[in-house]
Amino acid sequence: MRGLAGLAGLLLIVEALPRFGLVNDGYLPPTSRIAAALGDEVVTAEFWQAVGDTLTGWAIGLAIAVAAGVVVGIVIGAVPVLRAATASTVEFLRPIPSVALIPLAVLLYGTDLGSTLLLVVYAAFWQVLVQVLYGVADVDPIAEETARSFRFGPWARIRNVLWPTALPYVFTGVRLAASVALVLAVTAELVIGAPGLGKMIAVAQTSGAVPDMYALIAVTGLLGVAINLAARVFERRSLAWHQSVRGEVPA
Amino acid sequence: MKRLAYVLGLPVVLFAAWFVISAGSENFYAPPLSRILESFGRTWTLDRLQADVLPSLWRLIAGYVLASVIGVALGVAIGLSRGLRATVEPVLEFFRAIPPPVLVPVIMLFAGIGDGMKIIVIVFGCVWPVLLNTVEGVRAVDSVQLDTARAYGIGGPARIRQVVLPAASPQIAAGLRQALSIAIILMVISEMFAASNGLGFTIVQFQRSFAIPEMWSGIILLGLLGFALSLLFRLAEGWVLRWYHGLRSVTKGR
Repeated sequence: MRGLAGLAGLLLIVEALPRFGLVNDGYLPPTSRIAAALGDEVVTAEFWQAVGDTLTGWAIGLAIAVAAGVVVGIVIGAVPVLRAATASTVEFLRPIPSVALIPLAVLLYGTDLGSTLLLVVYAAFWQVLVQVLYGVADVDPIAEETARSFRFGPWARIRNVLWPTALPYVFTGVRLAASVALVLAVTAELVIGAPGLGKMIAVAQTSGAVPDMYALIAVTGLLGVAINLAARVFERRSLAWHQSVRGEVPA
Repeated sequence: MKRLAYVLGLPVVLFAAWFVISAGSENFYAPPLSRILESFGRTWTLDRLQADVLPSLWRLIAGYVLASVIGVALGVAIGLSRGLRATVEPVLEFFRAIPPPVLVPVIMLFAGIGDGMKIIVIVFGCVWPVLLNTVEGVRAVDSVQLDTARAYGIGGPARIRQVVLPAASPQIAAGLRQALSIAIILMVISEMFAASNGLGFTIVQFQRSFAIPEMWSGIILLGLLGFALSLLFRLAEGWVLRWYHGLRSVTKGR
């Protein structure tokens, strides 16, 4: 309830600031005008096309990053030699800002979906990989040795011991990667000009359509909130058996 | 000796592989590594570092420090007040969910394209992870500690400094770490949009003029910068939070 009051307060402040001349309304239009611009946008086909483009880049990039992160993470994590040998490389590559790849993406793919994918996959992959590595390291040695004494093969051990232990970490990684992927998808569109919401924002900016720009930015924020919520719900559903989720259900 | 081999082994192999495979490269976009390295020395001279890298770093540090101070201060205030927290939390979640680079066009309206714009962009993007993590950390302060402090008559600023901030500091550090990588991204993005100097500006300039080996050298420099900053952060965090890491390793070993 109070949260709604807070949101209403934000909308009122944005309405009041330009109305009372505290802020130039060419820079910050009042809420009502942003809402009207949003109303005009949502009935156009281009708007939904842009949302679709952004979400396509986001979803494909995230799927590639998660698949690669999980597979590489399990392989590296399960083999101690590999883990030791790759640790320094991972630590070096991970903090490289993905935006450093923007010029490369432009040269390789121009303004295609490929540019967006390159940035999204690079940024999201490390989030997943690192979480999977933590998860694999967290496997209970007793469970692992029990499985060995029962002569579980490597595949059965991964399936029945390693995977359930790592799963909560995988979900954390996916949740982090999902929001990072959205940021990078919109960034790529904004800076490179790949089709999507980011490009619409850039176009609105250069053509001086300030209310539309604010409306589109609000849409990206709402998309981000929706993705966060969806990831959380998905996580809780899939981990309903896990201690961390069971413990939160009120008795 | 064995540890050193593990740390250096793969990077050396990868580097050598890149060097060998790219040696005869005719591909315009992927020049031989030897040429990239040669242009690295030629491009990033002391003058260049002073003219382009220092301004970038200055904006990065100014924005990051401001964001940290604002984030921690507001976070403590919001975290300590249950009513305030319930009211503003959805608004904060919304602001955090906005991809920070889209703020660049908005802030350009208000602050033009000077240094001020870039610093505000960095502050605006970095403040959310710090703020939200501080709120979480402050909320999780042990209530027994808080009551004890109150029973001893420790109130106001002393309570915040002695009880609340230390207890929340591991969580605050997590927020600061997230903010650091966002800060680097925003530094580069804001310079790609509008600037007359800086790392992001220079790299895009190389790309537009098809100075490919120079562009690669810029990407490598940016990577090294990201790595160095995260290393510095880890060292600083390890030192400031040494009591916490010590505590953790003791309780884990038990």
